[in-house]
Amino acid sequence: MDTLGSRAVFVKLPQRPADNGLHRYAHYHIIQLAAMVMTEEQAKVKQQTKRILNRFGRKRGNLIPVLQKVQGKLGYLPREAMLEIAEFLDIPEIDVYSVVTFYNQFRLNPPGRHSIRVCLGTACHMKGGYITLDAWKRRLEIDRGQTTPDREFDLDTVACVGCCVMAPVTVVDNKPQGKVEPTKVDGILLSFKLEKERQGEESR
Amino acid sequence: MKATGFQSVASTFREIKSRAESQWRGLRDGGKSVIMVGAATCGRAAGALEVLQAIKRELKKQKLDCPVVEVGCMGHCYAEPIVTISKPGYPPICYRHVNPVIAERLVREFILGDDPCLEFVLAALEENDLVPSFSDFPRAKFEKKVILKNCGHIDPEQIEHYIANGGYSALAKALQMQPEEIIDEVKRSGLRGRGGAGFPTGQKWEICRNALGKPKYVICNGDEGDPGAFMDRAILESDPHSVLEGMLIAGYAIGARYGYIYVRAEYPLAVRRARIALRQARKLNLLGRNILGSDFSFDIKLFQGSGAFVCGEETALIASLEGEPGIPCYRPPYPATNGLYGKPTVINNVKTLVSISHIVQNGAEWFASVGTERSKGTAVFALAGKVINTGLAEVPMGTTLRQVIFDVGSGIPGGKRFKAVQIGGPSGGCLPESALDLPIDFDSLTDAGAMMGSGGMIVLDEDDCMVEISRYFLEFTQRESCGKCTFCRLGTKQMLEVLAEITKGKGKIEDLDMLSQLAEDIKAGSLCGLGKTAPNPVLSTLRYFRDEYEAHIKEGRCPALMCQELIAYYIVPEKCERSCDACVGTCTVEAISSHPKKRYKIIDQEKCVKCGTCVTSCPPQYNAIVKLSPPGQVPASK
Ligand SMILES: Cc1cc2nc3c(=O)[nH]c(=O)nc-3n(C[C@H](O)[C@H](O)[C@H](O)COP(=O)(O)O)c2cc1C
Ligand code: FES
Repeated sequence: MDTLGSRAVFVKLPQRPADNGLHRYAHYHIIQLAAMVMTEEQAKVKQQTKRILNRFGRKRGNLIPVLQKVQGKLGYLPREAMLEIAEFLDIPEIDVYSVVTFYNQFRLNPPGRHSIRVCLGTACHMKGGYITLDAWKRRLEIDRGQTTPDREFDLDTVACVGCCVMAPVTVVDNKPQGKVEPTKVDGILLSFKLEKERQGEESR
Repeated sequence: MKATGFQSVASTFREIKSRAESQWRGLRDGGKSVIMVGAATCGRAAGALEVLQAIKRELKKQKLDCPVVEVGCMGHCYAEPIVTISKPGYPPICYRHVNPVIAERLVREFILGDDPCLEFVLAALEENDLVPSFSDFPRAKFEKKVILKNCGHIDPEQIEHYIANGGYSALAKALQMQPEEIIDEVKRSGLRGRGGAGFPTGQKWEICRNALGKPKYVICNGDEGDPGAFMDRAILESDPHSVLEGMLIAGYAIGARYGYIYVRAEYPLAVRRARIALRQARKLNLLGRNILGSDFSFDIKLFQGSGAFVCGEETALIASLEGEPGIPCYRPPYPATNGLYGKPTVINNVKTLVSISHIVQNGAEWFASVGTERSKGTAVFALAGKVINTGLAEVPMGTTLRQVIFDVGSGIPGGKRFKAVQIGGPSGGCLPESALDLPIDFDSLTDAGAMMGSGGMIVLDEDDCMVEISRYFLEFTQRESCGKCTFCRLGTKQMLEVLAEITKGKGKIEDLDMLSQLAEDIKAGSLCGLGKTAPNPVLSTLRYFRDEYEAHIKEGRCPALMCQELIAYYIVPEKCERSCDACVGTCTVEAISSHPKKRYKIIDQEKCVKCGTCVTSCPPQYNAIVKLSPPGQVPASK
């Protein structure tokens, strides 16, 4: 059962730590995702993954579409889900893991309620996207690829979402917002805070 | 082959077409105003959906019953959100920078009243006496829309719009030709692949047609991993059927049975519209078994790429379709003979495929009459960066860079000076002012040290640092390298470290020669195009902007005032108004305070994160905040 958890494998770390030049392949990294998933969640994850898998054929070529669907449903790829997928497609668990860690799209840690994606495409970078990223990091007190401890926000970067015209762009909850400079970062966070307070009041 | 088969294709299609045309006519000539809202990603980011809702709300309030159509991107992304209103008796007029308030006014005053609200007009679609039209724009002289013909003018989610505007006619025509005739036509047209390398498309198809193995595949490469390009996205969002039609013709020509569209998952709207297009085409039997009654059967699946630049490379793309990590393989054998699942496979870029239907429809000679000796047809660029008219531009090959940037793009905003243009993304290079009169084609760009690449064109002005941009691209390729080849994996890392030191003012002059040396080694020692072209941004900036590198190294100065470690912000006491607190209030880290006695503002350099917010906040009549480089130039505060 614990095959995936205890094996040392070649992977890119999920959070892209300081690169040491060895890149995607050479981090010896023991996965300890189990700690992240609570047991009640485990059963649910398993069940939801199974339901998605039933819609696919047992073909290796379906691996990426399956992962996309599961992540779309769960928001990330927990260990239980990956094990389930490996079993379904009848491929080694490590193959699932190596595909997951190769592509930028897949994430191994749970997402926040709001997703913040700072565009660092060429146009956005040259118009100060890196300054915007700094501002997000400073305000949320996390690095790229991380989720705030209260699971309210997660922060990551993307490479061009195709609206360079509005650079610098930040994609907030899947909606690209143009001209996001440090003051607008504060504005966006404020609007989330106000909304949360309003919801809090309504539920009371 | 079978004459009856051909006849039935023609008559089946005629029926489909006449139905589509009557639907289109019903929309256009229904006696009502037609409102079109540009709702591609660029429009949506600018607020097009809010505009759309405002229009619908106001129409309801005014009890008007006018069709509201969501269209794609016209290429004038700088003016988004764009709304086009065709009112009977008026030319179709485009409005720019529409917001919900303007939208409501347009409904009330133009559609209900008769005031065309000239203050919001971008241009009319047709020439007329009332408002200037797009053809009066200076850029009209240089543009030629072939690939982008329909973009922004039809509803991408309605196949009938595409068919009524000439769509799928080329497919019907192709199905009445022999596959060899089509390949011959494509060969004679001189079409070269728009994915970057410029390989002759007809030749690729012929190799694949003659290759043994079944089934054969057609793959549309819509990965568009270049972090500064968005043409393929715009096409898939605005005119997805044109891509399907190209794939169908390719499939027929090479004898394929299946096709895949490979689109980046970061483009959710493109994915959705392509899906809808597939469903609609299947419904009209333009996809599936015995298409239009012929004996050609073809089906297309959509595959979402998971965000890896290297997956744009054809062998890596195939690996990713097979469910593997996207790592390129050695070629030959080329995919045309050994591709997906080892079978013969044609991989073409989105724009290549869109060109195909125009070639089949209008003939090879027509296509070959546009462009230069060795590069035929038009080139599509995504213009971005420091240029006024950001957006999409389609020009004949052979147009000069100056025409694209200054005539189509209207030059640099804010009266700044042009410095360089970055073409081809991470594989391309930066060209200086002296290269502006270069006619654009595949070969001239390569000679100048850049590359056609994907077609991203980022204009840079005097505020952009050339060392920083090459560091940026190298950081990108370094991260995206799949890690297979040692030179690419470790070499780019070394180059990146050297460049990072230079941008921090810690470089040595010998580093420049080492960079060139490393660049050559990486080019020689890498298997795929990623590594082979990764050093281009560095080589081209070293070639044209060596003085900037030297300023960083020798003086610790960033001439463009961009590299954060080499600049400091400073408030000039003589210019500071003293009683104004704008900068103090906006500073995101509370680094600005007032001088205890003289009241002028001072930046605490220890706290300053160099975000530049204070510069924008300082009222223009004072303009008291300046950037200095090297940072040592800031006078000690008294
Ligand atoms: C690193 C790398 C990235 C590439 N990215 C793309 C891409 O995003 N889109 C594309 O069409 N071709 C891309 N290509 C080129 C493809 O390998 C291939 O040549 C092209 O899809 C062939 O289509 P064409 O003949 O229509 O140009 C890339 C190549 C390399 C080496
Ligand atoms: S570079 Fe940010 S959207 Fe293109």
